[in-house]
Amino acid sequence: MSTAILAQFMAELLSGRIRLVDLTQTLTPEFPTIVLPPELGQAWPFRIEEISRYDERGPAWYWNNFSCSEHTGTHFDAPVHWVTGKDQPNNAVDSIPVENFIAAACVIDVSAEAAKDPDFLLTIDFVQAWEAQHGRIPERSWVLLRTDWSKRSGAKEYLNMAEDGAHSPGPDAEVVPWLIRERNVHGFGTESIGTDAGQAHHLNPPYPCHYFMHGNNRYGLQCLTNLDQLPPQGALILAAPLKIRNGSGSPLRVLALTPRT
Amino acid sequence: MTDATPKPKRKSPVARTRLPTLPPASRSRAALGLARAAAEGRFEMQACADCGAVQYPPREVCGSCLSERLDWREVANGGALIATTTLRHSNDAYFRERLPWRVGTVKMDAGPSVVAHVHEDCHEAGRVRLALKLDRSGQAVLHALPAEDTPNMNDSPQLRETHCDPKHRRVLVTDGRSTLGRAMVKALLDAGASTVFVGDPATWKADAGFDAFVASDPRIEPVALDVTDTDSVDRLAASIGAKVEILINTADHLRDGGVMNARDVGLARDAFDVNVLGLMRLAQAFGPTMCFRAADGTHGAVAWVNLLSIHALAALPARGAWSASKAAALSAALTLRAEFAGAGIRVVNVFPGPIDDEWEQLTPPPKLAPSAVAASVVRGLRDGVEDLYVGDVAEELRARLRDNHKAVERELGG
Ligand SMILES: [Zn+2]
Repeated sequence: MSTAILAQFMAELLSGRIRLVDLTQTLTPEFPTIVLPPELGQAWPFRIEEISRYDERGPAWYWNNFSCSEHTGTHFDAPVHWVTGKDQPNNAVDSIPVENFIAAACVIDVSAEAAKDPDFLLTIDFVQAWEAQHGRIPERSWVLLRTDWSKRSGAKEYLNMAEDGAHSPGPDAEVVPWLIRERNVHGFGTESIGTDAGQAHHLNPPYPCHYFMHGNNRYGLQCLTNLDQLPPQGALILAAPLKIRNGSGSPLRVLALTPRT
Repeated sequence: MTDATPKPKRKSPVARTRLPTLPPASRSRAALGLARAAAEGRFEMQACADCGAVQYPPREVCGSCLSERLDWREVANGGALIATTTLRHSNDAYFRERLPWRVGTVKMDAGPSVVAHVHEDCHEAGRVRLALKLDRSGQAVLHALPAEDTPNMNDSPQLRETHCDPKHRRVLVTDGRSTLGRAMVKALLDAGASTVFVGDPATWKADAGFDAFVASDPRIEPVALDVTDTDSVDRLAASIGAKVEILINTADHLRDGGVMNARDVGLARDAFDVNVLGLMRLAQAFGPTMCFRAADGTHGAVAWVNLLSIHALAALPARGAWSASKAAALSAALTLRAEFAGAGIRVVNVFPGPIDDEWEQLTPPPKLAPSAVAASVVRGLRDGVEDLYVGDVAEELRARLRDNHKAVERELGG
């Protein structure tokens, strides 16, 4: 039975009836990392240095050294990333059960709202209205917030910093526990630099998405792109972080499988 | 009177770029005492501890009494210009390109008669001031200058060979967002720089003050530059590298924290990435083009300035990781000086005391105003020095390091 399903799956892939969408930003030195007050510890941005390029440093081969933090570029947040998730079982990227790296996704489109208000917060009411149109969020499903933030060009527009900090959309403090309690979601994903809104340090609790998701052993994805190519329901997400011992997250390639419409 | 050096014309795109040549560089070891004084803009000669005779040229034993007790000390630089001649022929490639060249003999008030390069505004039989200047080989040479400043004096072609005046030159300030960087840009504009490229390591930052500053003068050209990103440095060098005649590296990463007294090496790594590897990335990306352009017209590439700290010479344990990065940057800068020597490009190392900015908030006074440091750098470029100790804290620490470096260690650690 499973063999037949896998064979059919491959046939669907090869025929293009199942489409693969890359939800990953390219790792470049210019891609911003989260901005914290300068006296705090900082996440390294992506940096790359050539080892050799068919030259005297290595005549027949081209390769690079790179460095970055666990939270640079399109990346996965493990529960251990947040203090609320520190005592959860299997809470680091090396111990998370591998079956959790495949899950369905619901894509909530708030791009129109975010275009009008960069501080737009997703609410329970908004999700319920979305469900009325697209169906109930299934259990163990990623909730991905489509904001079109990935289409903003350059770090300045993407971070959208003002004197009082970053301004970017995210979930409010009520919808996150509701999604966990009432919908048993797998995790939360965004196009912006974090799963929380730019001004989320002013919410109660601060950074509610990190606070509740990781406190309940759920996951985060951020700096996603191409969410506009996914259906509201029906896509499958492959998101397997690097196997870093006790790692709090990792850059990764995020792929979506979606039925061709 | 000296004519003001005109703004350089646009270069012919089909003319062969003139390659740098250097004046003769060999000196006796004793004569290198002059370089030490010239490097800091002082006027020193040997004086005999036994008979008091001032010596020139430098030597091993006193010319009057054969005593070996010759001490370097500051001596009176006044004198009378007793004879001059203008060279119209030379077999030396460097001087041939720069003829005519005026030289003369000066009878110093301090005793010796010396042969010096003579400024065009000096009158024969008149009074002159002698100055020790570094030539393009980095060696000390005597220049006779008018007793009083004359208009455009620094524009004399002979004197221009000894300094790095930013006037009509294009300058890159690697971090123009910092308090010091901004002051540096302003001082360069005031000094007549034709373009100041203002490096911006954080183009995403919202800062209306910086935006207004950048818009305040058409000679300011903001450029994205993060010295920790090799690609960023390379891209900027590819776009403006052939225009940079003076590079002033103001990028710095100052944080508190010691060596054992630190949680991790994260801070040290960040400091080294900016202060040491950043300097190396800039050197690798901009240096070779600057070398090639060292004799390009009247305003070729001329100087590379490193904003170090007096703590490059004496560690401040409260900022041990940062001090180590500054010491390493100084070492890298000395290698860079040797590497630039063949092109005659001057490496100027600046050693300020604490600067009054947001990272020195709790440092007790005296602290240097960023504008004072910037003014001092411009003065240093105009005077052609290569080591610049800025402010009382730096000068005092330096003097005490010579006197008893063990005392300095103990006091800075306390
Ligand atoms: Zn003597």
